[in-house]
Amino acid sequence: MAFKGKAHTFGDDIDTDAIIPARYLVSTDPKELAKHLMEDADPEFPQKVRAGDIIVARKNFGCGSSREHAPIAIKGAGVSCVIAKSYARIFYRNSFNMGLPIFESDEAAEKIEQGDKLEVDMDSGLIKNLTKGEEYQASAIPPFMQDLIKTGGLMAAVKKKIGA
Amino acid sequence: MEMTITEKILASHAGAEQVKPGELVNCKVDIALANDITAPISVKEFNRVGAKKVFDKERVVLVMDHFAPAKDIASANQIKVVRDFAKDQGIINFWADGRMGVEHAILPEQGLVGPGDLVIGADSHTCTYGALGAFAAGVGSNDLAAAMITGEAWYKVPETILFELKGKPGKWISGKDIILNIIGKIGVDGALYKSMEYKGDAIEHLSMDDRFTIANMAVEAGAKNGIFHPDGKTREYVEGRFKREAKYYESDVDAKYCERIEVNVGELEPQVAFPHLPSNVKGISEVGDIMVDQVVVGSCTNGRYSDLETVANLIKGKKMASNIRLIVIPATPAIQREAMSNGLIDIFMDAGAVVSTPTCGPCLGGYMGILADGEKALTTTNRNFVGRMGSRKSEIYLASPAVAAATAITGKISSPEEVA
Ligand code: SF4
Repeated sequence: MAFKGKAHTFGDDIDTDAIIPARYLVSTDPKELAKHLMEDADPEFPQKVRAGDIIVARKNFGCGSSREHAPIAIKGAGVSCVIAKSYARIFYRNSFNMGLPIFESDEAAEKIEQGDKLEVDMDSGLIKNLTKGEEYQASAIPPFMQDLIKTGGLMAAVKKKIGA
Repeated sequence: MEMTITEKILASHAGAEQVKPGELVNCKVDIALANDITAPISVKEFNRVGAKKVFDKERVVLVMDHFAPAKDIASANQIKVVRDFAKDQGIINFWADGRMGVEHAILPEQGLVGPGDLVIGADSHTCTYGALGAFAAGVGSNDLAAAMITGEAWYKVPETILFELKGKPGKWISGKDIILNIIGKIGVDGALYKSMEYKGDAIEHLSMDDRFTIANMAVEAGAKNGIFHPDGKTREYVEGRFKREAKYYESDVDAKYCERIEVNVGELEPQVAFPHLPSNVKGISEVGDIMVDQVVVGSCTNGRYSDLETVANLIKGKKMASNIRLIVIPATPAIQREAMSNGLIDIFMDAGAVVSTPTCGPCLGGYMGILADGEKALTTTNRNFVGRMGSRKSEIYLASPAVAAATAITGKISSPEEVA
């Protein structure tokens, strides 16, 4: 499976208050939350983002609160995946639990520029920069996480377990 | 066996003799916690997978603290989802309304969490309970839903950084100054995925409240958990309060650490985190002249009784600066009542402060003190991200209750030395 989309770049330490400010946490609806995605980092972002686009950030993406509204809003806006140097722990865990593909690559995070067209292969983690004609390799997704994704996320695994 | 306290608690809950960093373990949880923002998603997931019963009616804890008492119709509806769920499931630990306090203050206070526990919470500051010698880590709502159903959660055993706290903290040095100093040193991802363990001769001088503050902000350094070794003060705090049997774990002398960092707390001056990251830390002597509009005392970081007492002692009989709005929010009803009985509320109100019922309120920009464009706040809370307390054009400075009180009196960020 491959994702194709335009890159939107961000800096270090993008926190969950920037991804989805707390004032909008009175809803759990993906479309509603998506209207305010990244608003405190870039007020125009909700208007700019198109289905399939890719968020590219530097280190420690998703730090701060444990709110799942962050990956929900990202998915709600149709963002296909996120690429960063590193992720905050709870955001990392939430993303896999909810089936939002995220990739770690220092090189990709440094070289990709705003508006570059990207193609990302989900299985191999190979990131192609179609605008620049470059390729970057993201670190492999740990086997445990791959299993989670294959089962359809954490709750699908729980459903299987309780036989509901 | 050479295990750290974190490894020992994870091993005991995974039914294993020993665990090592990097290993994935499935653990039984003692307490599963969610709040009015995170629980609605967990409830939705609970129903979606067709679960019938929570794993244990007494061990699921739901606290309505963020936008409660409901600030608007949408938050009222969210709270109602959780209220109905708690009623259906017969959940005893549904904390709302007049019983409600900020979750990470009320759980230890009411003896719901204790030493040796493994606590999972759909709130990033769940790590606060590490102060008691428990393993506690924040997760998202899906993880919490899974734990509510199965009573289990998976963890990757973290590597541990050992912080050796040395010396005797000075008069105005609190847990907040120590943790801000540490985050300033290591950065907001300085302990990413790791455990922060505290040892050293300074710890005997730290009250339980100081330790809660230090453990609370582990997540601001990216850590999975922050943890103290239980000692006499822990036992004193827990006895007669904790409802279950406490298990006192300690790291082995030959436990393995990925890093050791020494902090001489005897040399610290009060610390202030500048906008917009908790790691932009300066000593009070380097702050310069910064006028602020609002001072907030409260939250799961510094809304406990001793925090309120520090502020009251400093502002008693003094006038607040004319440019300042002071908002004081006791973290739990018990704290509020004690503050009332001992005259602290009078002192705050005499000084012209707003005193609120317990709530997270402005800490996450919910309500009760939202900042306007261009305003500055000095607050005892834990995060100063862009827009965290209101307008994205506002600025937040983090500091201890003593610095907050001094700032309220002078109108600009000040050392308690100046007003004491
Ligand atoms: S007081 Fe602030 S940090 Fe603590 S739980 Fe509430 S919103 Fe979160």
